[in-house]
Amino acid sequence: MIAEIGLAVLWMAAALAVLQLFAGFSALRPGGKALAGVVRPLAVMQGVLVAISFLALIDLFLETDLSVKLVAANSHSMKPFIFKLAGTWGNHEGSMLLWITIMAVSGGVVALVEKRLREDTLIATLAGQAFVSLGFYAFLLLSSNPFERLPEPAPEGQGLNPLLQDIGLAFHPPTLYVGYVGLSVAFSFAIGALITRDVGPAFARAMRPWVLGAWIFLTVGITAGSYWAYYTLGWGGWWFWDPVENASLMPWLAATALLHSCSVLASRNALRAWTVMLGVIAFSMSMVGTFLVRSGILTSVHAFAVDPERGSFILALLAIYIGGALALFGIRASTVTEGERFSLFSREASLVFNNVMLCGILGIVLLGTLYPLMTEAFGAKVSVGPPYFNPVSAIFAIPMMLMMGVGPLLRWRKDKPSRITATVAIPALVVALVLLAVVLMFPSIRILPMLGIAVGAGLAVGSWLPLKGRNLRRTPFAVWGMVVAHCGLGVALLGAASESAFSTERLAAMNVGDTQSVGPIALKLEKIEPVAGPNWTAIEATVTASYKGGTPVTLHPQARTFTSPPGERTESALHTRWNGQLYAVLGNEGDDGRWQMRFWWKPFVPLLWLGGLLVAFGGLLALIGRVAQDVKRVRVNDKIAFRKTQQDMLK
Amino acid sequence: MTGEAPKRSGLAIWLPLAVFGAFFALVIWGLYRPADRDVASAFIGKPLPQFNLPAATEDRPGLSTAEMKAGKPRLLNVFASWCVPCAVEAPQLEALRQQGVDIDGVAIRDRSEDLNRFLATYGNPFTRIGKDDLSEVQLGIGSSGVPETFVIDGKGVIRHQHIGEIRPEDVPMILEKLKEAQS
Repeated sequence: MIAEIGLAVLWMAAALAVLQLFAGFSALRPGGKALAGVVRPLAVMQGVLVAISFLALIDLFLETDLSVKLVAANSHSMKPFIFKLAGTWGNHEGSMLLWITIMAVSGGVVALVEKRLREDTLIATLAGQAFVSLGFYAFLLLSSNPFERLPEPAPEGQGLNPLLQDIGLAFHPPTLYVGYVGLSVAFSFAIGALITRDVGPAFARAMRPWVLGAWIFLTVGITAGSYWAYYTLGWGGWWFWDPVENASLMPWLAATALLHSCSVLASRNALRAWTVMLGVIAFSMSMVGTFLVRSGILTSVHAFAVDPERGSFILALLAIYIGGALALFGIRASTVTEGERFSLFSREASLVFNNVMLCGILGIVLLGTLYPLMTEAFGAKVSVGPPYFNPVSAIFAIPMMLMMGVGPLLRWRKDKPSRITATVAIPALVVALVLLAVVLMFPSIRILPMLGIAVGAGLAVGSWLPLKGRNLRRTPFAVWGMVVAHCGLGVALLGAASESAFSTERLAAMNVGDTQSVGPIALKLEKIEPVAGPNWTAIEATVTASYKGGTPVTLHPQARTFTSPPGERTESALHTRWNGQLYAVLGNEGDDGRWQMRFWWKPFVPLLWLGGLLVAFGGLLALIGRVAQDVKRVRVNDKIAFRKTQQDMLK
Repeated sequence: MTGEAPKRSGLAIWLPLAVFGAFFALVIWGLYRPADRDVASAFIGKPLPQFNLPAATEDRPGLSTAEMKAGKPRLLNVFASWCVPCAVEAPQLEALRQQGVDIDGVAIRDRSEDLNRFLATYGNPFTRIGKDDLSEVQLGIGSSGVPETFVIDGKGVIRHQHIGEIRPEDVPMILEKLKEAQS
């Protein structure tokens, strides 16, 4: 019954989306004003219905209703509660339903709360949102029905891919998804503004919280995904430039650029066409990413949901929405009037510079990801890896991060270099001194980690300088947010560069009782024994590790074997200290009865994820600040309007 | 910079759409490309060029032309630890090795610690691994990317070139080519 309710409300929601689209477009035509009032309620209703449908699917998974095909294929009655829950979206159909749920619910929220935008632009936005969701409704209802029943209920479910049975992965994809789909709201705003030719500060202010929100989720999702890959894949690496990783990085880069150009448009009414274009591009990157991952067009270690037919469907949606939006941009952009001007030495100019650098990185990541496909078109097959991505992205990233030390100090519109020279000298000095120290102390490390350490340290320090001379209590949240996020990026870069420069590795075949060392850490293999979990068994090693002769700590790396479905996974063990991380992996037993063990000592590597979280936290501060500001502004406007009506009545 | 130009150039505005069009054409081709993954190489039937590569790892010797003329056909696999499809084909190489095929590796632009990690993770089917930091040998045998696998006969002549990763369904074909090289 639950499955039928879920499917029925999903169809109803799709029908409402059709109505929302047509009512919206009619309302925009002369004489169609009568329909203007229904668009907002339709969007809200649609959001509520889809949310009910998604809750129905969650319920089916929690109950393990094996008469539903999707549940039988992806769940198991023995699975722990949290993974039953995560099973809802850990598959193609469920994740598509999650996608449409986020789209519809955020559309509903826009319809409920957005009051600043011109009414016709808002209606066009909601119509655009309905238009985009319709494609996904069609995809879901026609080719990937999550509520399909089996003719006979299955005796037992087939379980969830063991790699996905991890608490990090249970929540990493939905986090990224919220980010991806949140950008669809920015996309709809951009379409709405292009349709009504209303590209101005009000549009930027309406769009900004959505971009910020999506960007925070993307940041957290990428950080968590990187940490997940680091500890589950057991290679000790944290970023592989794999197509799936690139698919999450590209929307983040576009959203970062959009966030900054949005700020320029909101406060200075400049960069109009550029902001609209980024609004379109950011969501395009989400869809391109989804397409690359789902179609299996590129070989990837993450290829878990590959199906060329689905690929064709997403490609068709891409052609309609992205092609359509870019064509609309081409037609309308020349009629978007020019924004305010600014001088070459101003906050705007520095933001333009960083926007261009971000787009440069975006371009090279996209090129690198698609390059194997391009050369294949000419008969050659290649794989593009870190030897391309690392140096080429650094060409753009390093100037960008240097500029991040300067830009926030500049005034809007026009500034004098002499005003900030003394302030900029501080981070410049940090960069120079750190670089000198690293070159002298560790001449053997490669050039990129060297630069990374210097620039990361400079940015981590220099990012706080915009607070200089401000009353800290009265500094807006948005400024705090910027400072924290910029500092976080510097910290993350420090962690990454340090990992790349100073990691030490030890590969050893060990008997129980043997000792080894890696970096400053002495290790001893104490015992090897079998252990059992809810749906897996494992061989577990007990290793004691002592840092420079200090108190030993105990680590338990495991090699797990899952029963439903069968599969194997290494469970690495980590020990985190303030100055680095010990990473231990248990391998196979050799012919001579010794165990293959791998250890890494990675100095300061936790800074990488700490930095990522700081970036997201900065975003959160900015979001709180912006929303509070908007609420205040709406209240003031309401008050003014109220007084005005009172005065009118007195006349 | 003085803000945006009053009249935007018509061409620049259409650039994103043009890029998207190119992307679209590329992926349409990619999605519906023919399944044929064999490309006839100009190097087939030619002897291997002279080379002598140093060892890429501690536990396997380096690779030179002389060792490729051992009288028995063998595989020469061009790979790298940073190459994702190379990880994908590892089980197939291992399967070939278990069927008695000798496989030599050429590691392209790699670092030994990365290589050790890669081989520890995905298995090491190689008899010898040469270190090709400048892609000299790679280019010398007509390989333009990783991974690629060459069938070399007992006299050191290239008999077959397989471009891209060896998929499970390719294994019988590779064995067939090795048998042909025997005669």
